[in-house]
Amino acid sequence: MASTIRVRATSNGEITEVQALIQHPMDSGFVKDAKGEIIPPHFIQQLTFEYDGKPVFLADWGGGISKDPYVKFAFKGGKKGDDLKVSWTDNKGASDSTTAKIG
Amino acid sequence: MNITDNKLSRRVILQGAGALALVGLGNLPFGAPVLAAANDKYPEDAFKQKSDADAIKALYGKTAETSDKIKLDAPEIAENGGVVPVSMTTTLADVSSIAFVVAENPIVLVAAYKIPAGTVPAVANRIKMAKTSKVTVLVEAGGKLYRTDKEVKVTVGGCGG
Repeated sequence: MASTIRVRATSNGEITEVQALIQHPMDSGFVKDAKGEIIPPHFIQQLTFEYDGKPVFLADWGGGISKDPYVKFAFKGGKKGDDLKVSWTDNKGASDSTTAKIG
Repeated sequence: MNITDNKLSRRVILQGAGALALVGLGNLPFGAPVLAAANDKYPEDAFKQKSDADAIKALYGKTAETSDKIKLDAPEIAENGGVVPVSMTTTLADVSSIAFVVAENPIVLVAAYKIPAGTVPAVANRIKMAKTSKVTVLVEAGGKLYRTDKEVKVTVGGCGG
């Protein structure tokens, strides 16, 4: 199965800039469907980026993050060719993870 | 409002399990297993609050003072409340946490980010806005809490589907 996570991590030698795009409905639980029924909440709660065995960025999200979430951050260090591990879990207990190469 | 106890016990159990697993594999456990993650429990309670003051209290347990060292970049007018690009940077030192709050959303807390040492205190993300609202970014730096606010007009709300 294709990963839900797309990551681009690029190092300029000093700082690694990370952009991630995740496929997820991010239903807040406040929206009604065409039949007027509430779409139950279904959203990513935690997203973690790990480099060299240590978290470099941790996100706690609510249903107020847009569908197919995007996030961008940067951290000091990170070498070209090294791995960056990304993982998420949602409020229904589903999860996904991927490992990207820093470019 | 004290979430420290739960998260510690969970952490200890996980670390214990991890260490055991590593020993079982014949490896030595790391000296300091993923320390920053001692803080990694999902702030369930903060994500239930319906006012910005309550959410800030639930998340940080203190009030925030306005700072001009935080730059919040958000559109003046958002045509689609479902996808509002919002980003921030700060020149404050020792940043440990960054959070986004939309005062008029049914659940006001949108995102809370933990910033380990070495991570640049700047985040961009896309948020939903139910209607025109004040958008607040909170920055915890050196143990103190700072905020910057900006009004964003929404022409089509993000909760209408």
